[in-house]
Amino acid sequence: MDKFEKLTGVAAPMPLVNIDTDMIIPKQFLKTIKRSGLGVNLFDEMRYDDKGNEIPDFVLNQPKYRQAEILIAGDNFGCGSSREHAPWALKDFGVKCVVSTSFADIFFNNCFKNGILPIVQPQEVVDALMADAEKGENARMTIDLEAQEITTSDGEVYPFEVDSFRKHCLINGLDDIGLTLEKAPSIEAFEAKAAQERPWV
Amino acid sequence: MSPKTLYDKIWDAHVAHEAEDGTCLLYIDRHLVHEVTSPQAFEGLRMAGRRVHAPDKTIAVPDHNVPTTEGRENPDQMPEDSRIQVAALDSNAKEFGIHYYPVSDVRQGIVHIVGPEQGWTLPGMTVVCGDSHTATHGAFGALAHGIGTSEVEHVLATQTLIQSKSKNMKVEITGKLQPGVTAKDITLAIIGETGTAGGTGYVIEYCGEAIRSLSMEGRMTVCNMAIEGGARAGLIAPDETTFEYVKGRPHAPKGAQWEAALNWWKTLYSDDDAHWDKVITLRAEDIAPVVTWGTSPEDVLPITATVPAPEDFKGGKVEAARRSLEYMGLKPGTPLSEIEIDTVFIGSCTNGRIEDLRAAAQILKGKKIKDGMRAMVVPGSGLVRAQAEEEGLADIFKEAGFEWRLAGCSMCLAMNPDQLAPGERCAATSNRNFEGRQGRGGRTHLLSPAMAAAAALTGKLTDVRELM
Repeated sequence: MDKFEKLTGVAAPMPLVNIDTDMIIPKQFLKTIKRSGLGVNLFDEMRYDDKGNEIPDFVLNQPKYRQAEILIAGDNFGCGSSREHAPWALKDFGVKCVVSTSFADIFFNNCFKNGILPIVQPQEVVDALMADAEKGENARMTIDLEAQEITTSDGEVYPFEVDSFRKHCLINGLDDIGLTLEKAPSIEAFEAKAAQERPWV
Repeated sequence: MSPKTLYDKIWDAHVAHEAEDGTCLLYIDRHLVHEVTSPQAFEGLRMAGRRVHAPDKTIAVPDHNVPTTEGRENPDQMPEDSRIQVAALDSNAKEFGIHYYPVSDVRQGIVHIVGPEQGWTLPGMTVVCGDSHTATHGAFGALAHGIGTSEVEHVLATQTLIQSKSKNMKVEITGKLQPGVTAKDITLAIIGETGTAGGTGYVIEYCGEAIRSLSMEGRMTVCNMAIEGGARAGLIAPDETTFEYVKGRPHAPKGAQWEAALNWWKTLYSDDDAHWDKVITLRAEDIAPVVTWGTSPEDVLPITATVPAPEDFKGGKVEAARRSLEYMGLKPGTPLSEIEIDTVFIGSCTNGRIEDLRAAAQILKGKKIKDGMRAMVVPGSGLVRAQAEEEGLADIFKEAGFEWRLAGCSMCLAMNPDQLAPGERCAATSNRNFEGRQGRGGRTHLLSPAMAAAAALTGKLTDVRELM
């Protein structure tokens, strides 16, 4: 997994609430057996018309946001299905961080598995970041994971919380299967005990 | 011992390792797998030279992509990309030695219907699947939730998940349901109350007289949509209804093991003085047959209501409602019961079980659907289909003018050829009304199977109580 340490980049504003995984990557793109190549179809039905032409008003089609690496989003971002294609599409497009007041649980987990940092902030901070993102490409934000701070283009600093284990994995780009396999003796001990207590499983 | 919730008890029984920071390795008893979210996980195992840790606890079935029309064993019926995904599941199941129900097997169906039907899902288990509607299995008092593909790979390789514990929420439905009101109306009404993010960070336990009175099929419908309420999982404590359903299923315990299992299962309930982080109570008598009007499952109203206006909402929901109404082609103030429907879809992991088909057939018996209506029933599994044929339900559907399909996810997410055209308006028993969910530009109204049947007859969203 790619490491996430410190990111300075353009933030795109997406104030719509309940942006769901079908919006992020519609189902016709789930038929792939690969993890890559989904960026071109990120937000497909919001981004292109039914002839495949770009819809100029859509935020990521605007020249100033085409290189966005951060999304500032409305409540409950990523609700809906478990499809990891959603963070794969964001990552492939170049988005490495999403800030919202809340995220759907599975999407939130999936982000960390792909080197994307989802940050939860209170409404007033999301509002302030949204206003900063509205300024366009000259308003570059910095996300410092080590320091757990967001710095806006005009120097405002907002601290954020992140689970310590997930932070450790992101900063070091760790594969968590490898980490879990180091605990194989605990898993085997559990299995031996469970086989006694609940043999029907 | 301090009092515990049902969730606490199942959690405690499955912690294989706890780190100093509280991060746990939760042991997984059943891992269900389908063709869409697993190919990259199996590929990951191959790349790393890893095997499936517990193939005997891993069950695969293709469901999302498969056509639901006759002759589907012929690979030409599937577009190439779908065919490749199904073929990948087929070969991965063989290569890694996991249980598998191919398309040609009568037991094939939607993974969340097959698991319980075959007795893979049992009370007190941990169950995961690369699909958000894994919440369904919570109806058995199993801790069940959806995971992403990286986590699918993690479970395949280690039979565990890295987890931190959620908070406990109790949703109590007191009293008795009124005629015409079903499990689907309960679960939609709850989401209407809490919103789609109301359950975020929680595991919900559903309880109360109205929940207790539900069959296992109804309980699965309620738990299925816990995810639409944002919860990690939904749970219902197992009781005699549960044990009765499980007993004798192919993979349920037998003999002395059954007795031992039953003894443990009977301890699986929330203690009287357990701590709840949040409690919601609804009166069953206050729940009417409901429909959704918008593009979020929280956009729920009784069928007797009218389409709301954006100004009825607050904050970010104002703009979301405006967008939803435009997408849905609806004007504020229109009675919901005047909305004309083009298509009716009965099926999905929410409402594709035998009881759902019975409820719809009861409304349709001896009647014809509205002229020009496109209507289909997609049973949740081959066995549900066979049973419905045996009970004469299939004939009722066919005589009414419904298409009688083979099992699969079908038009719930429209990954197979069953899709809506732009602007086509559908009354659907599925679980999501998101923009484009059933096909680009398609408009979805979520409702119960009985309400879907009523809409098929009249051509409009209809209060099923008027037809009873």
